[in-house]
Amino acid sequence: MEQSEEEEMETGTWKVKAGLAQMLKGGVIMDVINAEQAKIAQEAGACAVMALERVPADIRADGGVARMADPTIIEAIMKAVSIPVMAKCRIGHFVEAQALQALGVDFIDESEVLTPADESHHIWKHDFKVPFVCGCRDLGEALRRIGEGAAMIRTKGEAGTGNIVEAVRHMRAVMDGIHKLANTSQDELMALAKEMGAPFELVAEIHKAGILPVVNFAAGGVATPADAALMMQLGAEGVFVGSGIFKSSNPEVRARAIVKATTHFQDPEIIAEVSKNLGEAMSGLDIKQIPTEELLAPRGW
Amino acid sequence: MKIGVLASQGAFAEHIAILHQLKVEALPIRLPRELNGLDGIIIPGGESSSISKLMLDYHLMNEVRNLAEDGLPILGTCAGMVLLASKVSDLDIEPLGAMDITVRRNAFGRQIDSFEAELSMPVLGEKPFPGIFIRAPLIEQANSEVEILARLNGGTAVAARQGKLLASAFHPELTDDLRFHQYFIDIVTGNRKVGLE
Repeated sequence: MEQSEEEEMETGTWKVKAGLAQMLKGGVIMDVINAEQAKIAQEAGACAVMALERVPADIRADGGVARMADPTIIEAIMKAVSIPVMAKCRIGHFVEAQALQALGVDFIDESEVLTPADESHHIWKHDFKVPFVCGCRDLGEALRRIGEGAAMIRTKGEAGTGNIVEAVRHMRAVMDGIHKLANTSQDELMALAKEMGAPFELVAEIHKAGILPVVNFAAGGVATPADAALMMQLGAEGVFVGSGIFKSSNPEVRARAIVKATTHFQDPEIIAEVSKNLGEAMSGLDIKQIPTEELLAPRGW
Repeated sequence: MKIGVLASQGAFAEHIAILHQLKVEALPIRLPRELNGLDGIIIPGGESSSISKLMLDYHLMNEVRNLAEDGLPILGTCAGMVLLASKVSDLDIEPLGAMDITVRRNAFGRQIDSFEAELSMPVLGEKPFPGIFIRAPLIEQANSEVEILARLNGGTAVAARQGKLLASAFHPELTDDLRFHQYFIDIVTGNRKVGLE
């Protein structure tokens, strides 16, 4: 027993990074802006929380530059709950990511919800011990992020709108891409990789396995239990809910209902039951009424 | 043989895939009616706080507790081990209390401290078992009926068996090594004698 435990323990490996995402599957990750909301989320059965200064709906309304949250808020949330705590950094802002890793957050979301810091480059995520989740609109974008080291993928959707239409579009695009790759012949893979702008190795891997190499969640517009179950039936392995909970009239009840709907996504009776008496959902936005320059999903590439 | 994998939340699909590799029928369990006719249950890794709330809401907690008392074999990995315990520090819901172990959640720290380690586990043979520990719990205390199957080099207990109940702090479902699941199947079929008898 002379050997210390540290000598045999290897941290920050790909397996433990991608593995944490696997442990979140079938669960709901909720945006929270303080310790009190984090406790409500945990009590409702959230599998993780996303620590923020403002939820996407407020970021959208306030305008200006949105940045990494004040570490004081993140630390207060980490102290308040025992479930994993995620936090967002700006696209390409690797120093915000370094700071978040130093704070000890469990997962970093390199997020289009914040104002991008680099319009050409995303963070080289392999350099970090903490795992990253990134948004995508189709399979090519998902594979570019995985190539950079993302240990988890989510749809971008259109955050802060309470409108599921973009998340549906993005999830269908990812799933269609996977089916196409799985059913194509080997000699077409390189051309497809070029067309998708995706690393060839990952394209070949999906051709062989027929599934993504990392966990894939839905995000951006989930506001009701039925929205969550819809995304699960379309192939999501779990759900992020941003503004949808704490911008509704009864967050406790709605949060719990979305958790149940995510687990029982194939059970229409349970979806109907948990959808009763939830109070007002967040007021939604029609995507067509948002000026193009204010859309969040086109941020990043 | 039919094994049910609790599918309230977490990495249940990974367990089902391994059972299929071992040619064992496996199905996800979300409601009590799905527990009928099972030869064993696996409680997967995931968020123990999330899993336990969904188990309570859909009346799985008492049902599974009763099945454990009736002697049904159960394997719990990570969050599953937390739920099998009789005492857990830092969980606001009462665990199943099936195994006489005290478990500490997130015992090694946050995600940044998650790690891999080769484990010596004599019941699986000489070759070390790849231990993947993700925000893992540990066994703080175990009574004399519990057999500790694996320890880290510093002595921390990370796998245990009590009769037909089997628990690990790590994730055999994230490896290609089927031996831990085979060990559980052997318990189910009765090919492994109950420990310490």
